[in-house]
Amino acid sequence: MNTPVITINKLSRHFKETIALNSLSLEVGAGEIFGFLGHNGAGKTTTVRLLNGVIEPTSGSMCVLGLDPQVDGPALRARTGVLTETPSLDERLTAWDNLSIYADLYGVPKASIRPRIQELLTEFELVDRAVERVSGFSKGMKQRLALARALLHKPELLFLDEPTSGLDPLAAHHVNDLVERLARREGCTVFLCTHNLVEAQKLCDRVAILEHGRLVALGTPAELTRQYVRRLGVEMEVSEEQVPAALSVMRGLPDMVLGEAAQPNGALVVTINKHESIPDVLACLVQNHVRVYRLAAQEANLEQVYFTLHEEKEGVQ
Amino acid sequence: MNTRKIFAIVRKDLKVASQNKGVLLPLIIVPLIFFVVLPWLVSLVPSLVNIAGVSANNLNDIQGLINRMPTGFQLELAGYDNNQILIVFFLVYMMAPFFLIIPLMVASTIAADSFAGEKERKTLEALLYTPTTDRELFIAKLLSGWLAAIAVALVGFVLYVVMANAAAWSQMRHIFFPNAMWLVLIFWVVPALPGLGLGVMVLVSARAQGFQDAYQLGSLVVLPVLLLVFGQVSGVMYFNVGVVLLMGLVIWLLDGLLIYLGSRSFQRNRLLGA
Repeated sequence: MNTPVITINKLSRHFKETIALNSLSLEVGAGEIFGFLGHNGAGKTTTVRLLNGVIEPTSGSMCVLGLDPQVDGPALRARTGVLTETPSLDERLTAWDNLSIYADLYGVPKASIRPRIQELLTEFELVDRAVERVSGFSKGMKQRLALARALLHKPELLFLDEPTSGLDPLAAHHVNDLVERLARREGCTVFLCTHNLVEAQKLCDRVAILEHGRLVALGTPAELTRQYVRRLGVEMEVSEEQVPAALSVMRGLPDMVLGEAAQPNGALVVTINKHESIPDVLACLVQNHVRVYRLAAQEANLEQVYFTLHEEKEGVQ
Repeated sequence: MNTRKIFAIVRKDLKVASQNKGVLLPLIIVPLIFFVVLPWLVSLVPSLVNIAGVSANNLNDIQGLINRMPTGFQLELAGYDNNQILIVFFLVYMMAPFFLIIPLMVASTIAADSFAGEKERKTLEALLYTPTTDRELFIAKLLSGWLAAIAVALVGFVLYVVMANAAAWSQMRHIFFPNAMWLVLIFWVVPALPGLGLGVMVLVSARAQGFQDAYQLGSLVVLPVLLLVFGQVSGVMYFNVGVVLLMGLVIWLLDGLLIYLGSRSFQRNRLLGA
């Protein structure tokens, strides 16, 4: 990880009886795309508000871009951009007005305002609708305009709360490309709050998973899948006449092979209890004279990590 | 304090308010009634009374009312015939407290839209993420209502001066309006009044669910002005330069108190319903 731009130490925030964030500690490096995952109410938005000095913590400390959000809020917010969960646009104003007012608020130099707005509206394919009221825009257009607003002042650190929510697949792909480009080419750090686990897996260098305000997992997507995904789908190919024998062998390995094997499209798909069991299962099949032509572990993903963690939590409760 | 940011928010609030018919229509219709229609109607009163076959000189009720007024007021009317007294009484003295309603109403309406309306439209959060300080945000929000109220009041005053003198020209035959009391009212009391509406609205908006809610609660601030109207009509008090100067001082002091209380509650940390 590069030099940290966000350092959070035992950060908590309570709202009366509710604990929105519970002793969160983590670091985010410069230029990183950091995924912040969790269910609704897990504490993602509260964290973004805390990190921008919009609300105060109950306890703990944080440092963002070398500044304390509670002390240097305005100076910090001049260097961050935030796309909120709802687009938060003035719908009675035009797209251009929405951007030009925020350009003044973010201190964009007067001479640069017009070309910058033009550039962003072109980038987000809204240039033809610039002088129309936002109330007539589709959800996706509003989301793109809100993202353009967050980028007006070329922030060093970008907080995105569900950036592709409401976008069609093409527009979502476009936004994801933009996020990658901002991080990889322009060195902007991206703090991405999302429910979209596929998107997080594809985009994020590291992810943190929150559950009811507590950090339950932190690492790269690969690290987390290795660490948390215990059940693994394995696809294998055996000769057709040996399928009953293979099934019989695997039924004898209840600690390693879970449930009954499925046979979609003629291939055997079995669920193994952990990655390390694969050689043992293969050894048993070979010892029982089953000829295995192909064996491939299905790639684990963040979705499985997420659900494993969720099940564990439910199990504890 | 960054004035560019402050005026960006003022520009935003006024543009947004001007696009809302619920905000804009009362701001146009009420001043039009007060500043254009009423002076025209009042100027017709002597003629209407004559059409009805009753000479204004026999309007004992009005004369009785004027007789109950303080001596200073009666001295100001000395030299006018009864038709002229009627016009001066209504256009100069009765309208003075009514005029106070306008800046209060404008400020309260704009403030309700700017404070509570912004929460209702869910546009507040984006504003809170900008590099503005709480004080800049607060001042900008106050300024939006304040500037709009003073602008409407001043334009209304100019209209009223023209309408009152024009409509009453056939009776008065000279420019009788404004007098010294009105000038003090316009340049001392009117600039203070929006603060009253804004201060109350800041406090009300913290608890209001939306524009209508805040607007209805905040409208109660007009009640003291209505008391002034009744005081004037009943002869309990009448507006002269001294009274108006004192009234302005009291309102400025109340502004200070309300705005101090409002600024304490106007903090980012509290605005998102935390």
